Amino acid sequence: MNITVKLFASLGQYSPEGESAKPFTFDIEQGDSLKSLVRTLNIPEEDIRIKFVNGRTQDWDYRLQHDDEVGFFPPIGGG
Amino acid sequence: MWFLRINMSDRTHQFTEVPEKYKYFAGRALTSNLIADEVPPPAHPLGPNNKLVFSPGFMTGTSAPTSSRISVGGKSPLTGGIKESNAGTPWAWKIARMRIKALIVEGQPEDKGAFWGVVIGWDKEAEQPTLEWFDATEYAGQNAYDIYPKVYEKFEGRRISVCSIGLASEHAYGNAGVIFEDMSQRPSRYAGRGGLGSVMGSKGLKFILLDDSGAPGVEIVDKDLFDEGRKKMVAALQEHAITKPKGGLNTYGTAVLINILNEAGGLPTRNFASGRFEDAAKIAGEAIFEGNKKRLGKELYNHACSPGCIIRCSNTWHREDKTEHVSCVEYESDWAFGANLEINDLDVIAELIKLCNGYGLDTIETGVTLGVAMEAGVLPFGDGEAAIKMVHQMGKGEPMGRILGSGTGMAGKVLGVTRVPAVKGQGMPAYEPRAVKGIGITYATSTMGADHTAGYTIAPEILGVSAQLDPLSPEGKAALSRAFQATTAFIDSSGHCLFIAFAILDIESGFEGLIEEANGVLGTSWTADDVVNFGTEVLKVERKFNEAAGFSKEEDRIPEFMHTEPLPPHNVVFEIDDETLDKVYGEI
Repeated sequence: MNITVKLFASLGQYSPEGESAKPFTFDIEQGDSLKSLVRTLNIPEEDIRIKFVNGRTQDWDYRLQHDDEVGFFPPIGGG
Repeated sequence: MWFLRINMSDRTHQFTEVPEKYKYFAGRALTSNLIADEVPPPAHPLGPNNKLVFSPGFMTGTSAPTSSRISVGGKSPLTGGIKESNAGTPWAWKIARMRIKALIVEGQPEDKGAFWGVVIGWDKEAEQPTLEWFDATEYAGQNAYDIYPKVYEKFEGRRISVCSIGLASEHAYGNAGVIFEDMSQRPSRYAGRGGLGSVMGSKGLKFILLDDSGAPGVEIVDKDLFDEGRKKMVAALQEHAITKPKGGLNTYGTAVLINILNEAGGLPTRNFASGRFEDAAKIAGEAIFEGNKKRLGKELYNHACSPGCIIRCSNTWHREDKTEHVSCVEYESDWAFGANLEINDLDVIAELIKLCNGYGLDTIETGVTLGVAMEAGVLPFGDGEAAIKMVHQMGKGEPMGRILGSGTGMAGKVLGVTRVPAVKGQGMPAYEPRAVKGIGITYATSTMGADHTAGYTIAPEILGVSAQLDPLSPEGKAALSRAFQATTAFIDSSGHCLFIAFAILDIESGFEGLIEEANGVLGTSWTADDVVNFGTEVLKVERKFNEAAGFSKEEDRIPEFMHTEPLPPHNVVFEIDDETLDKVYGEI
């Protein structure tokens, strides 16, 4: 099943698109979690502070569904 | 330490000792207490009975990192309530080093067309500040980018720092800011919110220049304790991923927030009609970093707005020909002219920011008001060229420009718009209350009107700083907003930039450092509880002033359309009831 992934700010370095914020489609197995997704993408877990799925923050054990839109952020702040 | 009173009725001034009552106040605590004590609450904000107070924080002028903030206070022409707006600038550092704890501008000249400037210096022999006047009428009616170089030239050979007003203040707009220089003498650091520039303009004061040559610096009662605190603060800021060198703020600037608010569905778009902007990535901090890299052929990290800042979050946007377009494209300005107006072009956004800096306009209020004007059909959404023309009309004082210069609430009324994103007349910043409930409570209840900095619950609601709360849930958010508003009132009095909050919320020793710095400077023995109590007392003073000025709890409300119109993409309304909002200050 397919999901869409976006990697923001400094996480852009791990993107197959080679840049941050640009969405890419990713094929995953039924039952895969956010944790297994970042392992497959080779992103160090500690680099990620915020995990969005469809605009809601989720925990590492969230089970991904077909067509989910995932967004990962490193620690960021501003105002 | 000195109080400097400048009376604009007869152009006299007076340096006095600091009264005992104000000894342990600084920054926002001092501006708000002085306004509450000396300005009659019913006074007209632009009349002779209002005052404008400048005060650096406790740590401003010391070696404490990221602490060169100046608070400006008065009764706001925009909200009609008390106002404190602060900025990071070398000017703050200098006034603190001249040991001026408060500069109070009073009275009003009878001659309306004339403008004056003052130069505050230091007399080494007498060991006290000095003040000289100059006629500044020749600088009126001009763009700040044109007059700043002339002023530096006029005082060539002296280490002048500039605070001024712009054309917007000469027109007495509700959205006119007080302008301060940055580290490169740009007129770009603003105490922007609430129209305080117009209070300065109403008194005929165009410039306050500082020459701190020979000044003794800030007196520190317990140097060892201060140093201990300072080191903890430096360590926390350098360790935290948001504030460290080449961290989030230093690399991408504050506009790094565009994408995360967009993902959360809380980036106000098209005058608060949606929480998502389809072109968010084109205007985000990442796009600014990559755009500069492409145009300059190298990576460009951000710079400090003021002496001693180790976070360094101020960016500079460059044109295709590599020349500088503007500094700084802050998140708020980027959003106000970008997503809020459906403009997806950083060059247009940069131009709008530059026009605001030059004319003396608050970028947030200007962008939010333009959104309301677009809603009214005065100009189309997404039309950058029309927006640029409209800001010129504001700067030049043309009729439609004057209407928009009055601010979001007033312009919304004149233009007959029902979707007016404002509280107490002040336009909302870049976080949607329906999608981020805690910040909505802050907007509704703050003594300042809709102000994100007054209680920045975004830290735990969106950024995962100190905790990870669900932004869509109202649960516990009234108490959260109250706690943030109180702590913020202390930070706004410390001279530190609010961005230290990221590090001190996550790193306990950083918070200890803040308290030790303050105790070191003042010789106090404050605890963490005292910090919250200090902030709470500031809020109470401000609240009492607002009540006496005619505000009731009915003004602590979010606009009706946010209760009734579901906000995409989460299709949520602001469901927090009045009783909950009233508890924020009811239980303080």
